[in-house]
Amino acid sequence: MTLRPPYLTARRLAATTAVLAALLLLSIAGAMLVGPVRASVWRALTDAESTDHVILFRTRLPRVLLGAVVGGSLGASGAALQALLANPLACPHLLGISGGAAVGGVVALIAGAEAISFVVPLAAFAGALFAIGVVYLCARAGGRSTPYALLLVGVVFNVLASAAIMLINVIASYSQAHGVLFWLMGSLSGQSWQLIAAAAAYALAGLAWLAAHAQDLNLLATGEEGAAQLGVDVERARRAIFVAASLLVGAAVSVSGMISFVGLIVPHLIRLVLGADHRLLLPASFLGGAAFLVWADALARTALAPAELPVGVVTALLGGPFFLFLLRRELARAAS
Amino acid sequence: MSALLEAERLRFAYGPRPVLDDVSFAIGPGELVGVIGPNGAGKTTLVRLLAGVLAPASGSIRLAERPLSEYRRRDVARRLAVVPQDAHVDFPFTALEVVLMGRAAHLPPLGFPRARDLAVARAAMQRLEVAHLEDRALDRVSGGERQRVLLARALAQEPDLLLLDEPTTHLDLRHQAGIHEVLGELSRSRGTAVLSVLHDLNLAAMYCDRLILLAAGRVLRVGTPSQVLTAEALGAAYRTQVYVGPNDATGSLVVLPLVRRRG
Ligand SMILES: Nc1ncnc2c1ncn2[C@@H]1O[C@H](COP(=O)(O)OP(=O)(O)OP(=O)(O)O)[C@@H](O)[C@H]1O
Ligand SMILES: [Mg+2]
Repeated sequence: MTLRPPYLTARRLAATTAVLAALLLLSIAGAMLVGPVRASVWRALTDAESTDHVILFRTRLPRVLLGAVVGGSLGASGAALQALLANPLACPHLLGISGGAAVGGVVALIAGAEAISFVVPLAAFAGALFAIGVVYLCARAGGRSTPYALLLVGVVFNVLASAAIMLINVIASYSQAHGVLFWLMGSLSGQSWQLIAAAAAYALAGLAWLAAHAQDLNLLATGEEGAAQLGVDVERARRAIFVAASLLVGAAVSVSGMISFVGLIVPHLIRLVLGADHRLLLPASFLGGAAFLVWADALARTALAPAELPVGVVTALLGGPFFLFLLRRELARAAS
Repeated sequence: MSALLEAERLRFAYGPRPVLDDVSFAIGPGELVGVIGPNGAGKTTLVRLLAGVLAPASGSIRLAERPLSEYRRRDVARRLAVVPQDAHVDFPFTALEVVLMGRAAHLPPLGFPRARDLAVARAAMQRLEVAHLEDRALDRVSGGERQRVLLARALAQEPDLLLLDEPTTHLDLRHQAGIHEVLGELSRSRGTAVLSVLHDLNLAAMYCDRLILLAAGRVLRVGTPSQVLTAEALGAAYRTQVYVGPNDATGSLVVLPLVRRRG
């Protein structure tokens, strides 16, 4: 790419992050105006009792903000996991964490919890924590956890999780099973302000944790042995990054279900345009993932209005073909 | 002369079969040491042990008089740089970004390169004739170009000791010689020691002060090129007949395999 200078400076980091943050704010404001019914901003701002106020600030704003938080978490953790696994096409749902969260959430739903209560996210998060522990311990041998082992254990764990979900679904009643399916496909609606605030603080803390390892991620992306001999304590860095990224993914799935392709495509695109340095890539993937999911959810609200699509369906339908396109390009380049 | 790196009675095995057995040697400042030996002799394994990527089953490695295992990775990275036999990078880092990674251990954890880091990195790229690749993504350069970029990254570490695993495999004739000129120059001006795994015995004869001949995990011979490069020692190590004769152009030796023709 000739768009960028050959290395990252503090100034370019600050300037690019500021521009992306501004774009995200515009996206949040813009997406708030999108929905199946028109609402007047003026009336919403001047009259706190108006329907317009309720639609814009009590229904849409929390949902848009949650979309930003979830998209950001998925984008940043995707970028980190791709470097951790030294594989630019890795996806945050690969490591089994999402599977664990899904099982936790589904169990809570079947046990009778409301999809919009805080019980489901908590149960899902417990499932994610369980999965993080199991995957890490299973992948560890001789004090090391290689990317290959993490990936393999993660894939197996995901298969087990989806089998468990199918099993639960077979046992459950028809209406419960339908609710489970809808939750799994991802939804950003109906969460409380408290939960959104907690998720936002949590996501920013996770981002900061990952960003503290940005240089380690740069070196790890060029290979494990290279990283070690350039000064990275590989095992320690890898554990910290795996835990931080997994906690972000687990929380994202817990509050919104399985939203695929954000964590895969956003970091990939950002790397193409802005380069691979994780000091920029991590915050940029966070902001980019946030904006992407905010707009994907706006589409989910309106595409089949008044019916609503699960946002995970939108990201998959947008992301899947695009991913195939990227993959084809990659393959063509490798073959030439 | 105090040794920069001392290996004593190293033993190592990946599985039940020993890959390195009772390997001992020392390298002093500014020395250019070549490691030669047939495929599978254990040369790469030796480099990985010396780099601290693998730990020996027994024996000791001392870097600047201190056991290697007592160092933090960052402190090792400031003294010792490694260029692996085969490295590919799937992420679109530019060549300059990759070379600047060599400065990571000299900078605070998230530090941006200072003017001096940039100067060191660019000088290393100049030396290895990859300055023009500065803004090219490393997953889009040729094998030889990538090898020279990774060598520049090792130089940017400003190490006391360079460990190179077949640094010239992907390089053309001119760059094979060029890299050895650069290494010789570094050894003279900065006292940088180099341990380099080489398959080209003629390059080894021309540029190395000392050679270590490994075969089946054991040191068969150590000494100056003329002590090590004998038809008899090479014949035993490589299990083929070789011709060793004078190289009139350089005053060093030439080594050629003798292929018996049928008929
Ligand atoms: N990861 C590994 N696991 C098991 N055995 C290995 C591994 N790496 C190397 N070996 C074995 O150890 C021996 C030494 O390998 P090494 O790579 O050190 O040889 P080498 O001298 O560098 O060979 P070459 O000239 O082909 O690069 C070989 O017999 C090889 O098969
Ligand atoms: Mg080798």
